[in-house]
Amino acid sequence: MLFSAFLQAIREIRRNLMRSMLTAMGIVIGIASVIAIVNIGKGASESITKSVSNLGSNILYLMPSQEHGPGGNSAFTKPFTMKDAEILKASVLSLEAISPVATASVMALYKDQNYQTSVRGVNNDYFAVQKWELKEGRFFEPSELRTGQNVCIVGQTVIGKLFPLGESPVGTKIRLQKFSCEVIGTLNTKGANTFGTDQDDLVVVPIKMFQRRISGNEDVPLMMTLVKEITPLEEAKVQIEQVLRERRHLKEKEENNFSIRSMTALLDTISNVTSMLTVMLSAVAAISLVVGGIGIMNIMLVSVTERTREIGIRMAVGAMAKDILIQFLIEATVLSALGGIIGLVLGIGITVAVAYGLDIAVIIDPAISVIALVFAMLIGIFFGLLPAKKASNMNPIDALRYE
Amino acid sequence: MIKLTQINKIYGSGGAATHVLKNIDLEIKQGEFVAIMGPSGSGKSTLLNILGALDEPSSGSYTFLDANINSFSKEQLALFRRYILGFIFQGFNLLKKTSALENVAMPLIYQGVGANERRERAQSALSSVGLESHINYNPNELSGGQQQRVAIARAIVTNPQVLIADEPTGNLDTQRSHEIMELIRSFNKNGITVIMVTHEEDIASFATRTIYLRDGVIERERTHAL
Ligand SMILES: Nc1ncnc2c1ncn2[C@@H]1O[C@H](COP(=O)(O)OP(=O)(O)OP(=O)(O)O)[C@@H](O)[C@H]1O
Ligand SMILES: [Mg+2]
Repeated sequence: MLFSAFLQAIREIRRNLMRSMLTAMGIVIGIASVIAIVNIGKGASESITKSVSNLGSNILYLMPSQEHGPGGNSAFTKPFTMKDAEILKASVLSLEAISPVATASVMALYKDQNYQTSVRGVNNDYFAVQKWELKEGRFFEPSELRTGQNVCIVGQTVIGKLFPLGESPVGTKIRLQKFSCEVIGTLNTKGANTFGTDQDDLVVVPIKMFQRRISGNEDVPLMMTLVKEITPLEEAKVQIEQVLRERRHLKEKEENNFSIRSMTALLDTISNVTSMLTVMLSAVAAISLVVGGIGIMNIMLVSVTERTREIGIRMAVGAMAKDILIQFLIEATVLSALGGIIGLVLGIGITVAVAYGLDIAVIIDPAISVIALVFAMLIGIFFGLLPAKKASNMNPIDALRYE
Repeated sequence: MIKLTQINKIYGSGGAATHVLKNIDLEIKQGEFVAIMGPSGSGKSTLLNILGALDEPSSGSYTFLDANINSFSKEQLALFRRYILGFIFQGFNLLKKTSALENVAMPLIYQGVGANERRERAQSALSSVGLESHINYNPNELSGGQQQRVAIARAIVTNPQVLIADEPTGNLDTQRSHEIMELIRSFNKNGITVIMVTHEEDIASFATRTIYLRDGVIERERTHAL
């Protein structure tokens, strides 16, 4: 009986294929959006989490402002100095490495090749913080750092642009804007970071040289530190805070005019935002599912009216109210389940396409797929109930007389 | 087997009320073949619908064997129609866009008969009405007489104890009518009680008894010599 009701439902749906498909469209769109939103959200957080933890969860960023990003609002920002970095290194023992960081965009030239890239002034600790390794050559000598020699270590993207013939750049002199510097080393290829920036597109120079030749001042707009593995991040933060407050002559009640950020905090923020977005978008998608359900109810009501005579005939040969109820319920459920299956396939398709497009992990959560399908069927049952009840409450003689 | 006592059927109420059946007393024995005749609007279909448990009388009692049909619940009435009765409607009432075979097999679904057996029994019912070559035709592809025969096949596929037929030959020429009547007579010979409405005396002559209805009352009745 159930199986023949199922076959009957399939037949009714095929009989009005166009109408059935349009009716199921609401469910298709709802399920597809839920599937896509949840899966893409998961993929995005997974990718972000992975690359942020690659970046190092024990790195602290010290910024001379309360604003986000290095530099912040410069008018009210009192920059760090080289002295700050030295004192932190000497007094905070939980720091494995600390490097001032200053960045600018410059034109790099070699022979007749030129290329716009980013130049970064740092000290040798920077490589330890970033866990970057040399491909060729050497790091900076202490004397080079102290006096700010014109030496540089170059990333692979820049090498590719300036040395297209593949010759080794070590020992050559490249020009950065108006001055030249000797290439003493090259960095291993690192690829793009979490935020999509090419990490090989840079030239690293001693911070002293950066200040003298490029920025023209003694400011240190950012410091990066690597906290020793055994020290909790929070403890290092407190120690750094103490030193910096003193260095910046802050009175007891005054607020910090600098900030200490970690990647884990960033990670939390990002995953909070992602999950909030996922919840909100899913709620919107769920509303479209309800709208889809109402569409099914509407069409089923029309269908019940159209098939009044059929209902009468079935009752006349002995169908009970419950047989009619089940028939229409199954029809509504099959319709919405069909919409659910199409929506699922579509949603997975969208997930894969978007994941490739945004270069994030492709995650297809089987639990969400199952939940979505079950939910689609529940919607069919729920919104099919009213039409099915209407059909089963008919009395045979009236249904047979219906024109 | 069937006993109607003081059956009344009134449609509507107040000034608009029409009294269609008036104090009908009728007893039908098992194996009888009863024809009901009467002018149009005399209440023949109304009476059949009550006998077929499709409609309820306004008053009076209907007993089948020892069961009081008036007291049946909706479910019991459905079971009564499902297992005891076969009904041939005045206007065929076949399912549209559904093959003859599926139309005939449909009542068996509700008896819980399996798909293969349904098909076999529907096929043999269709061949007993001479439609074995049309089992896959939809009603709109069949002539009136062929549709009538599909409706007959559907009524007898469940092996009912009582066959109720509302003008089963209404759409047929004399030749076809007589074939159908022979068929119905053969069902009756096999023990099925038949109650049939007809306009025509020669069709009624296939029955063992004819009841004449006029303005909702049984005017007279006649028993045929076999
Ligand atoms: N649902 C209804 N509501 C009101 N009046 C009805 C209804 N059904 C039938 N009637 C009336 O009952 C009377 C008998 O109708 P019925 O269908 O029983 O006639 P009949 O004898 O079968 O006629 P025919 O030979 O034309 O089929 C008619 O006057 C008709 O108008
Ligand atoms: Mg009639």
